Amino acid sequence: MNTDSLLTSMVYLVVFPGFLFLTVYGLFLQWVDRKLCAVMQNRMGPPWFQPAADLIKLLVKETIIPDACDTAMFKALPYFAIAAIISALMLIPLWKADSLFPAFQGNMVVVVYLLTIPTVTFFLAGWSSTSPYSTIGSMRVLTQLFAYEVPLMLSLIGPAILAGSWNLSEISAFFTEHPGHMAAQLIGFLVAILALQGKLERMPFDIPHAKNEIVGGQFTEYSGRLLGYFNLAVDMELVVGAALLSAVFLGGAWGLSGAAGLALFLAKTLAVTFLLALLKVLMARIRIEQMVNFCWKILAPAAMAQILIDIIIKSKLQL
Amino acid sequence: MTLKPARMFSEVITHLFKKPFTSKYPFEKAKVTPRFRGRIDFDSGKCIGCQMCVRVCPSKAIEIPLSEVQFAAPQTPEGQPAAPARKQYDCIMKLGSCVYCWQCAETCPKHALITTQDFELAQLTPEKLVRHYK
Amino acid sequence: MSKITIPLGPQHPALKEPENFMLVLEGEQIENATINLGYNHRGMEKAAEERTFLQNLYLIERVCGICSHSHTTCYVTNVEEAAKAEVPERALAIRTLIGELERVHSHLLWIGVAGYEMGFETLFMYTWRDREQVLDCLEMLSGNRVHYSINTIGGVRRDVTAEQKVEVLKRIGNLEERTQYYIKVALEEPTIRARTANVGKLPYEVAIERGAVGPTTRASGVKRDVRKDDPYLLYDKLDFSLITHDTCDVFGRLVVRALELVESYKLIRQILNYLPEGPIAVKVPPRIAPAEVLNRYEAPRGEDIHYLKTNGTDKPERLKVRAPTLANLQSVAYMLEGGWLADVPLVIAAIDPCMSCTDRAIVYDRKTDKKQVYDWEDLRKLGIEAYKRKGVDFRKL
Repeated sequence: MNTDSLLTSMVYLVVFPGFLFLTVYGLFLQWVDRKLCAVMQNRMGPPWFQPAADLIKLLVKETIIPDACDTAMFKALPYFAIAAIISALMLIPLWKADSLFPAFQGNMVVVVYLLTIPTVTFFLAGWSSTSPYSTIGSMRVLTQLFAYEVPLMLSLIGPAILAGSWNLSEISAFFTEHPGHMAAQLIGFLVAILALQGKLERMPFDIPHAKNEIVGGQFTEYSGRLLGYFNLAVDMELVVGAALLSAVFLGGAWGLSGAAGLALFLAKTLAVTFLLALLKVLMARIRIEQMVNFCWKILAPAAMAQILIDIIIKSKLQL
Repeated sequence: MTLKPARMFSEVITHLFKKPFTSKYPFEKAKVTPRFRGRIDFDSGKCIGCQMCVRVCPSKAIEIPLSEVQFAAPQTPEGQPAAPARKQYDCIMKLGSCVYCWQCAETCPKHALITTQDFELAQLTPEKLVRHYK
Repeated sequence: MSKITIPLGPQHPALKEPENFMLVLEGEQIENATINLGYNHRGMEKAAEERTFLQNLYLIERVCGICSHSHTTCYVTNVEEAAKAEVPERALAIRTLIGELERVHSHLLWIGVAGYEMGFETLFMYTWRDREQVLDCLEMLSGNRVHYSINTIGGVRRDVTAEQKVEVLKRIGNLEERTQYYIKVALEEPTIRARTANVGKLPYEVAIERGAVGPTTRASGVKRDVRKDDPYLLYDKLDFSLITHDTCDVFGRLVVRALELVESYKLIRQILNYLPEGPIAVKVPPRIAPAEVLNRYEAPRGEDIHYLKTNGTDKPERLKVRAPTLANLQSVAYMLEGGWLADVPLVIAAIDPCMSCTDRAIVYDRKTDKKQVYDWEDLRKLGIEAYKRKGVDFRKL
């Protein structure tokens, strides 16, 4: 991305692959997810325009803000979430080997940290709402963050060690050259999928906004435009999470670029969405302390095992 | 019993290839059995105005008033006492109050209340829910 | 962590019917739970005193949507006992058949609701799809999917033909396969076990002390079932076993209800084979001699008690209904304390609450320790005085 052309940068940020592309693709992936879940549950599911209709409906409704809450923070939070997600997308290689923002060592860690910002905004959203249900929801968001963040980071370190760099573009280039090693990352891939399901707050980990228990969790007091943007942020997070996983585990752009690269990117994110929808349909929601137990006692050791496997493979490669 | 994670996996995957169970009402007609309890219809020719249906109705949904147009008295030949005219009755049914129990149809001694399977009776104003059968 | 008081209800996504639970929470654990009822009180017992026995049949049916047949059958048995009428055996068989089909319907619905409260939407969708087969049976036999109105005073209103028998048996065969699958899923799926094991514990002694009824108490090992303790209709001639489980928690209640489904299928097959020939109703005179009758029925949720007092006219003098959920609610307060907030919807759903059945009114004056039942004039005076205290005078409006 050339910073000498401000127009090009603005186009990248706002239209493609920034806000507009993320919105459209995020709504499309939300429809795919809902339709897949519906078909697997033997029912019809929504028509293709349903997520867009939901978003437009929320945008035109009245926003009700409780008196006791901190109004400035309450109103500003959705925009922070969206901004962090768009910034994260700029660092991931999408349809060509290089990402939009020039790649640098350590951009994988930056992406994961940028993806933590939306979770912190969820926590602050619930906290600033000051209603009992929101408070409980925001505590659960933080507890869940402590549970899945470590397995997510650990599972991404495995391929990084094998590729020998912290740069997402170099990791995907490594796996494009040695496709056989992709199969060895299976455990890490499964751990990453489960941790991503926790980050996106989907079943079985949709504990923070558990409808049956705490009504809306951290989003209970949100309505209208602000809720519309929060839902949009969650959809965009799905796109970025799927893109991150396909860049690290599925080899990125496979050496293609342009339209073919874009088609491959869409295919891979759809495959990751299918796996996430399958997970959503198969399991019940677990309790928060069971989730913390599960993540620390099963997911983190599995990710460590994957790192061990990668270290062994790397040492065999160099011999 | 041993716990198997993702126990419903095979069932869920096979459903990807099946038709949905949802019936696309109102674009498809709803299937009802032949003796589904729907709306009650009225045959004025058979009604004798005994008001037994009004007495049995649990929700006071039916009324049998006299019609506005009555039959004329029949022609009697000379020397015979005048025969009374056969009275004609209407039926006012409040579809909003009716619970569709069909007790009135079962109680009617002359089978003047006819049962149907009609259930798509929604209206936009409450006045339209009062049916006046003549 | 300081304590917060959360009101769960009366409007809440976890509750199908309005009731209020005030929960005192410390973090995610519940310290104390208070139950407030009464949001669904409709004055059924009072309304029943102004209608004839035949009209009351349809009123009492609408006390509850899902246990409607239980309430009607109990009421009609009361009336026939007061009138000393001999009901033909074919009518009793048809009543039992519809009662068991209602039990199948209710338990399948409950498994779906439990799945929903746990967040397991797939189980919810699948069980409710299979429930459509039972609803088709019921619609074919009685004319409606809910509120079957198959009873009349002195017998039943509709007969069972041979084609209907074949259809019902075919559907019961399908349902039996599906139920075996759901039993396997419930026993082997780890997330279901994680959510239901050791949740809502109700030990054997507490279950007896607090008077729990139905599958709630049978999951604690108490052998209590009206069909065996006090047989009515045809149950003394039929062969079925009393299902109990000993884990005393929500998992036990899930297992008890699933196994009761299998017993109900056995019972339906036996009744359809046994169906005796004969008339389906006898005529009962509209005026019934003075009598006081009490009858019990095993509704899908537990023991349903009806009391009737007649006085020689064609309207009842007093009708009292004690629904099973009222007996089970006393145990909910015990089960909630010490548990997690996440378990509250599941514990409440595990007793299969039917708040519409439950709300009745009795006035207990704590100061004078006197109980009083109000009649029309007293109620009217009470209402006018309450509004006068608030400053509204109806004579001036």
